[in-house]
Amino acid sequence: MRLAIASGKGGTGKTTLAVNLAMKAKEKQSCLLVDLDVEEPNGGIFVQGDLVAEHEARRAIPDWDAAACTLCGKCPSWCLYNALIKLGDTILVMPNLCHSCYACSEMCPASALAMKPDSLGTITHRRFEGLDFVESRLEIGLEQASPLISQSLAYIDEHLEKHDLQILDSPPGTACAMVSAVKQADFVILISEPTPFGLHDLKLAVQTVRELGIPFGAVINRDGIGNDEIYGYLKEEKIPLLAKIPHQRRIAELYSQGAMLYKEIAEIDEALEDILSYIGRLR
Amino acid sequence: MKEIVIISGKGGTGKTSFCAALAQHLQDDLVVADCDVDAADLHLIFEPHNSLATDFYSGVLAHIDPLRCIDCGICAEKCRFDAISNASGQYTVDAVDCEGCGYCYHLCPENAISLKEQMVGQYMSSETRFECTLVHARLRVGADNSGKLVAKVKAIAKDTAKDQGKSYLIVDGSPGIGCPVIASLSGADYVILVTEASQSGVSDLRRIWELVKMFQIPGALIINKADINPTVTKQLHSFAKKEKILLLPEISYSDDFPKAISMGQSILETNPARWQPVISEIWKAIKERI
Amino acid sequence: MKIAFTATGEGWDALIDPRFGRTDYILIYDEEKDELVSIDNREIMDVAHGAGPKTAQKIHELDPQVLITGNGPGGNAASILKQMQLKIYIKASGMSVRDAYRSFKNNKLILGG
Repeated sequence: MRLAIASGKGGTGKTTLAVNLAMKAKEKQSCLLVDLDVEEPNGGIFVQGDLVAEHEARRAIPDWDAAACTLCGKCPSWCLYNALIKLGDTILVMPNLCHSCYACSEMCPASALAMKPDSLGTITHRRFEGLDFVESRLEIGLEQASPLISQSLAYIDEHLEKHDLQILDSPPGTACAMVSAVKQADFVILISEPTPFGLHDLKLAVQTVRELGIPFGAVINRDGIGNDEIYGYLKEEKIPLLAKIPHQRRIAELYSQGAMLYKEIAEIDEALEDILSYIGRLR
Repeated sequence: MKEIVIISGKGGTGKTSFCAALAQHLQDDLVVADCDVDAADLHLIFEPHNSLATDFYSGVLAHIDPLRCIDCGICAEKCRFDAISNASGQYTVDAVDCEGCGYCYHLCPENAISLKEQMVGQYMSSETRFECTLVHARLRVGADNSGKLVAKVKAIAKDTAKDQGKSYLIVDGSPGIGCPVIASLSGADYVILVTEASQSGVSDLRRIWELVKMFQIPGALIINKADINPTVTKQLHSFAKKEKILLLPEISYSDDFPKAISMGQSILETNPARWQPVISEIWKAIKERI
Repeated sequence: MKIAFTATGEGWDALIDPRFGRTDYILIYDEEKDELVSIDNREIMDVAHGAGPKTAQKIHELDPQVLITGNGPGGNAASILKQMQLKIYIKASGMSVRDAYRSFKNNKLILGG
């Protein structure tokens, strides 16, 4: 089963939940944790382990051939991302604006823009205390996370053995990147806080997963710091509440040290049990 | 008119809370711009009303005219994003998968494909329950923030500040290190970085500081939840010293932050006795340097 | 020598625009001809991504030796401007184009990195 953990905004405890859930799950089943927050993968702070494999992810971008180019000047107008700039008698390619659509390359009458591989990022596979952990990191300067996210999932399908449970730590927010991660999941856990901010952002996340047609449930983190409005919303919308994690200063302290929370805090261990048994019943 | 941009690499550091508190402290001598469009939360505290909203267009979506389409399938074959299929009986473009590259538009032998401008959200200028105007935006789900939208929000905020004769523009900046954050920073006279005393807080701060350095904008650092991890806080201190970032008063972990948010208030309203002196001190330090 | 300015309006009294990529106007002063030309860059408002490179391309076509601006170009634009033998001066925001020019002539402006 492929389970995605997502949230409408950052800082809600998504990675913490993904990491702890994976570490607990692997005690009873084969588990793979995938950090798809490719711009800022943080899971590695909690889970290190031994390197199994490292893969350079690539994407294709046009490479300008000065000798073949006739300087007809058409290509910049084809590129809707402004990734091609004509500077006098040179065509410059802006790699971090290119979306790899191949339009310029295939339409160039002189075949002067052949597509060449360029670094997209790295996909690293580690093994930590019996847990398989894949972390994808986007090349610095690149803005589009989606291609790397899609490639990471394809890499996993092709190169890793099938695990009972795959947990995807998705990028925060509800934009392109989150959609790329979540649309391939069998089930999505949306994590949020019981505050007006948390409720507001949860609604956006709910709208997104509903549009994608993927079953989902909620986990409420830092229960106690706000009010109960979010619970009313979940009930009204018939969204299953999988677990509540209480608000405790001790949790924040342990988090800042990179500690494995469920081993120290009983309520978190219980919450994970609740989540895993719910997931177990879905299969 | 001075522009102060507040940014933080990651979410959950308290950036929005500080922005609201600072705005309240400056009373009516400012305009606020919320450029954190993907997670626009300021409005929950500001309660914007009487908004002047404008539709925002960005990018295009390909559309196939079924009357002109001859089912040759070239568009589906060449689309790199697998956005075109005829599973429904005729060739259609999937709105979620289409990346708006326009290649299919060029390919179609029958000119059956048009590129339609996408309405991806709205930007607004609103009155608030504080004394200042809030310029903000809302994006449709799945839509991405961009330098274009942030630039638009800032441009309007700037014009508004000028028209209203305000001394300050406070910008709640975009997260990350890409175009939206560059657009948030562009034109800033001063930057306030908000971080938290955690490992992820440190690494995110380093990344965002590289960007601020490139623009040579002076900055100050607020370390939130500083007492949670004194070791990391020390690291942040040395980093700030080395990079010549002004260290503002540290903030200890406080339940006032989530409490204030849950009540839709700024921390100054929730606990003025505690926070008024802190915010005053912070503002005094910044004001001297602008 | 030709000097380019990012500006919020046209003419010597216009203020320097702190932005590069999304600047409203580009002004070019030709010292030899004593001519100040204004180019309207405001169509850049409609550009979602790649505003910097587009503006950099315009600058290239105008062929100045010096650029005076506010915060300086972002990463993408900077990499393009590097291809030109261009001296970029920053921190001129808030000044009028006239004052910025004078500061430049008196070596008072900061060279961007």
